[in-house]
Amino acid sequence: MKRRNFVQLAGMGITGSLLSFPSIGNAVSSEILLESPLLASQKKQLADVALNITKGLGATYTDVRIGRYLNQFISTRENKVQNIVNTESFGVGIRVIVKGAWGFAATNEVTADGVKKAAEKAVAIAKANSKFQKEPVMLAPAAGQGEVSWKTPIQKNAFEVPVSEKVDLLLRANGAALKNGASFASSNLFQVNEQKYFASSDGSYIDQDVHRIWPTFSVSVIDRASGKFKSREAMSAPMGMGYEYMIPKAEDKLTGPSGMVLYKNSYDIIEDAAIAARQGKEMIAAKSVEPGKYDLVLEPNHLGLTIHESIGHPLELDRILGYEANYAGTSFVTLEKLKSGNFNYGSKQVTIFADKTQPGSLGAVGYDDEGVKCKRWDLIKDGVLVNLEAIRDQVHMLGQTESHGCCYAQSWSEVQFQRMPNVSLAPGKETYSSAQMIKDVEKGIYIAGRGSYSIDQQRYNFQFGGTAFYEIKNGQITGILNDVAYQSNTQEFWNSCVKVCDESEYRMFGSFFDGKGQPSQVSAVSHGSSPARFNGVSVINTGRTI
Amino acid sequence: MAILSKDDAQQILKKVIGYSKADGIEANLNGSDAGNIRYARNSVSTSGEDSNVSLGVQSYFGKKSGTATINEFDDASLEKVVRRSEELAQLAPENPEFMEPLAQQTYQESKTYFDSTAKITPEYRAQAAANSINPAVAKDITAAGYLTDNRGFNAMMNSKGLFAYNRATSVDFTVTMRTNDGTGSGWVTRSFNDVSKLDTAEASKIAIDKALQSRNAKAIEPGKYTVILEPAAAGDLIGLMFFGMNARQADEGRSFMSKKGGGTKLGEKIVDERVNIYTDPWNEHVPASGWGNNGLARKKMDIIKNGVVTNLFYDRYWASQKNVEPVPFPGNRIMQGGNASLEDMIKDTKRGVLVTRFWYIRPVDPQTLLYTGLTRDGTFFIENGKIKHPIKNFRFNESPIIMLNNLETLGKQVRVGNGEGFGAPSLIPYLKVRDFTFTSLSDAV
Repeated sequence: MKRRNFVQLAGMGITGSLLSFPSIGNAVSSEILLESPLLASQKKQLADVALNITKGLGATYTDVRIGRYLNQFISTRENKVQNIVNTESFGVGIRVIVKGAWGFAATNEVTADGVKKAAEKAVAIAKANSKFQKEPVMLAPAAGQGEVSWKTPIQKNAFEVPVSEKVDLLLRANGAALKNGASFASSNLFQVNEQKYFASSDGSYIDQDVHRIWPTFSVSVIDRASGKFKSREAMSAPMGMGYEYMIPKAEDKLTGPSGMVLYKNSYDIIEDAAIAARQGKEMIAAKSVEPGKYDLVLEPNHLGLTIHESIGHPLELDRILGYEANYAGTSFVTLEKLKSGNFNYGSKQVTIFADKTQPGSLGAVGYDDEGVKCKRWDLIKDGVLVNLEAIRDQVHMLGQTESHGCCYAQSWSEVQFQRMPNVSLAPGKETYSSAQMIKDVEKGIYIAGRGSYSIDQQRYNFQFGGTAFYEIKNGQITGILNDVAYQSNTQEFWNSCVKVCDESEYRMFGSFFDGKGQPSQVSAVSHGSSPARFNGVSVINTGRTI
Repeated sequence: MAILSKDDAQQILKKVIGYSKADGIEANLNGSDAGNIRYARNSVSTSGEDSNVSLGVQSYFGKKSGTATINEFDDASLEKVVRRSEELAQLAPENPEFMEPLAQQTYQESKTYFDSTAKITPEYRAQAAANSINPAVAKDITAAGYLTDNRGFNAMMNSKGLFAYNRATSVDFTVTMRTNDGTGSGWVTRSFNDVSKLDTAEASKIAIDKALQSRNAKAIEPGKYTVILEPAAAGDLIGLMFFGMNARQADEGRSFMSKKGGGTKLGEKIVDERVNIYTDPWNEHVPASGWGNNGLARKKMDIIKNGVVTNLFYDRYWASQKNVEPVPFPGNRIMQGGNASLEDMIKDTKRGVLVTRFWYIRPVDPQTLLYTGLTRDGTFFIENGKIKHPIKNFRFNESPIIMLNNLETLGKQVRVGNGEGFGAPSLIPYLKVRDFTFTSLSDAV
C-alpha cells in the first residue's frame, strides 16, 4: 500500500508544499464539489464521438471513461485545524484495440475536439505497439449494458455537510482524547466522490456515482519520566458510504475486551478517541510479551489486512503471470495449484469470497472500469483454492469465458488494469461469539486493529502487528500486552484457522491505498470477516533498547 | 510548455503576485515532462509520456490562508486563481501555526539539469528495454523492468520579494531477472541526473548473473549474522531514519530522538563514531535543488558527525517556537564511505550474508526505530572469505540505530535512487555490519 504518500499529504500544514496537489486534482472551493456534473446525455454524445472515430480508424474495441473525481480532506491537531483541501479532477481516457494491441490516451479537454484528438492518439499508440505484440489481445466477451446508472446507496452526501460541522466533530474527538489523558491527538476526515461515465463499443453507456468516506485519528500518550510513548489509532474503517457512517447507532456497536468498542456500519469517533486515550495510558504500563506459540483471536479490523496481503494479492492473475515481477512481485500460487483442484490454502473453516457488490464496501460498484457487471464469486471453498481474480484480457488463461469484473483505474488519466476486488472471509455457520471464542482459549492473544504489516514478494512469509493486544489466559482477558508481532507462512497460517465466529460479528476492514503497477496506481478495497481463531502461531517480541 | 525558462516562469509569477489583494501571497509554478517504459515476460507491457504544468497560489489574510491551483496560464485564468485563493482564505479558520512568506534568500545554483536526459525519446526507451530483454532471453531468463525519466522545473515567488527557480532531470531504472525454472532471481537499480551514465545492458547483466547465481538457494537458520549490505539495502534503512529526525516530534517526546526525562538526543553520540551522514545539494553525484519548501535555502550540513547527532529538521513554525534557525528537510543524503571494495569486504568475512536489497520494509516500533522487511533478489552465504552458496530469503527485524552501532567496515559509495525509503537520491557505501537480526525464513524467490 502507498500509505506513505498519503500520510505526507495528510500531515501537510496549510503552509506546506503545493507540489502534491496536481496528482490528485486542482484545489477548488467546497461549493464546486456540489456542482452538477455533465448530464449523462452530454457524456454519451462525447463518448460517441470517440467510438465513431476509433471505429473509422480500425479499432476492433474502444472504451471511453469520462471521469470527475472529487476529494475533500480535513486534518486537525488538538484544538487546531491544520488543513482543509478540496480537489477536483475532470477528464477523459480512451482505450482501444487496434491490430490486436492496446493503445490508451487521455486528456483534460472534455470537448468534442479534445476527445477526437485523444481518440486518434490512442489509435496511433495501439498501432505502434502492435508491431511488437507477440500475441493479439484476447478480450472475453462482455454483454452491452445499454444506458444504465448506479450509485453508492448513501443516505447523506458528505460533501453536502457543512465543513464547520465536520471540523467541529474532529475537534471534539481530539478534545475527548486529551480529556482522557492523551498527550496529543490528531484526526482526519477524507471524503471521495468518483463520478464515472463509461461507454464502450460493446454497446454500454454506464453512469456511476461512487462515494467513500474515512474518519481516522491518532492518539499519543507520552510518559516523560520513562521516555516511553504509545500511539493508538482509530478503530474506524474507510467505507463505501456517505456521512451516515459518522452518525453513531447503538446497533452498530460491539463490545470488545476491557471496555473496547468495535464498530460495524456507523462510527462513534468521540467515544473511540476517549477509549483510545485510556488504552494508550494502559499501554505505557503494560508488560512486554513473552515470545512463543500462541492461539490468536483476530478481530475483523485487524484480520482484514492479513486477508488482503496473504490472500487478496497472491490470487491476482496478472501477478501470477509475472506482470508485476519488478515491483509488487509474483505469487506462490500457480495455475497448476488452481487446476489441481486440491490445493489446501486453508483449513475447512476457511471460505473466502470476492464480492464487488457488497453494500458499504470500498470496492462496491455496479460495473467495473471495463463495463463488466459486478458480482460475487468464491476464491477458496472449504479451504480449497477454486478461483482467482481476473479481467477481460486475461481470464481466458484460466479457461474461463467471463471477466470477474475487477478492473479499475485510479483516474481518467490512467489506464485501467486488474485490481483486487473486496476479498472476505465467510462467517462461521454455527452460532459462536468472540466472547465464547476467548473463553475457549487457554494461552492466547486477542489482536485488534491494523498495525505494522510486511510480506514477501511471493506472499509466503509475513509479519503483522496490530493496534491493541490483549493477553488471554485460561479463557480470560488478563490485560494489555506490548511488543507483539506474529510471523507465519500463508498456507500454514490459514490451515491453523480452527474457528470463525458467526455473522452477527461480521464487519469490514478497508484501505484507500492499495498500490500496484508502475507508475503506481492506488485502489480502495474492503475485507470483511468475523473474528477468527488461529492456533499455535509464532509470536515474537519486538521490544529493543537503543 | 512543460519546461519554462527562468525568465518565462518569473514573468508569469510576477503577473500572479500583481493580481493579489490579500495581505500577502505565495505562488508555486511547477512543470514536468515525464516518460516511462515498462516490460514484463520479456515484452514491453506499457509505455507512455505525461506532460503537466501547474500553478498553485496561496493567499492569506492575517493567519487565515487559502490555496487554489490551476493549469491554464492566460491572464484571465491567472487572475481567477488568485481570486479563488483569496475567497478560500476568507472562509478558512485561523491557523495559529501560519507563517508569513520568507523574504528573498540567497541561493547557490546546482547542476541538476542535463540536456542528455531532457532529450530522451520513445525510441531511446524502447532500445533501453531491448538492451535489457535481449541478453535475458539469450540466458533463458525472464526480464521485468521499468525505466522512467523526467525533466522538470520548480519556481516560486511571494509578495515579500522572494523568487526561486530550479530545473532538473532524472532517470531511474530497475530490472528484475528471473530464471525460467523459477528458482533464481536478480535485481539491479540505477539512478542518474545525466542519462549518458546509464547503460541498461551493463546493469541488466548484473541482475542476470545474480539470477543465475541465486538458483537453488539453501536454507540456513535465522539468527544474528554479520551482513554485507549493498548500497540499495543500506540506503533504505538509513533513509527511513531521516523521517524520524523531525525536531518537533523529538521535542514532543514521541520520537526515537526523544530522551528519557525530556529533551532530545541532539548533540549526543547515537551510532558508531565512524558514521558521518550529511547533505550537500552541490555534490556532483547527487545534485539537489538549492532550495526547499517555502523557498528556504538549503546548505551543506552535517546530520550525524562522528556518530553524534548534529542537526534535526525544524519547520519554520517550530523553529520560531524554539528560537532557532529553520532546518529544511534535505534534498539528498550522503553517507561517507571507505576504500574497501565489495570483493575486499567479502574476503575479510569469516561467516556472513551478502544482501542485494530489502523489500516491504515497515515500521514496527517508532520508539526504537525498529523496522521489519525481507531480503530479495540475491542473498548469499559467505564463509572464509568466499561466497559459498545462495541462501533462502530472510525476514529481518532491525533498527538502523542498532545497525549503525554494529558497524564493521565502510565500503565504496554508490548512488541509489528512491528505493523504499527516502524519495530522493543518495550516496551510500557498502556496509559491513555485525549481529544483524534475521528472525525467520521465506520461501519466496
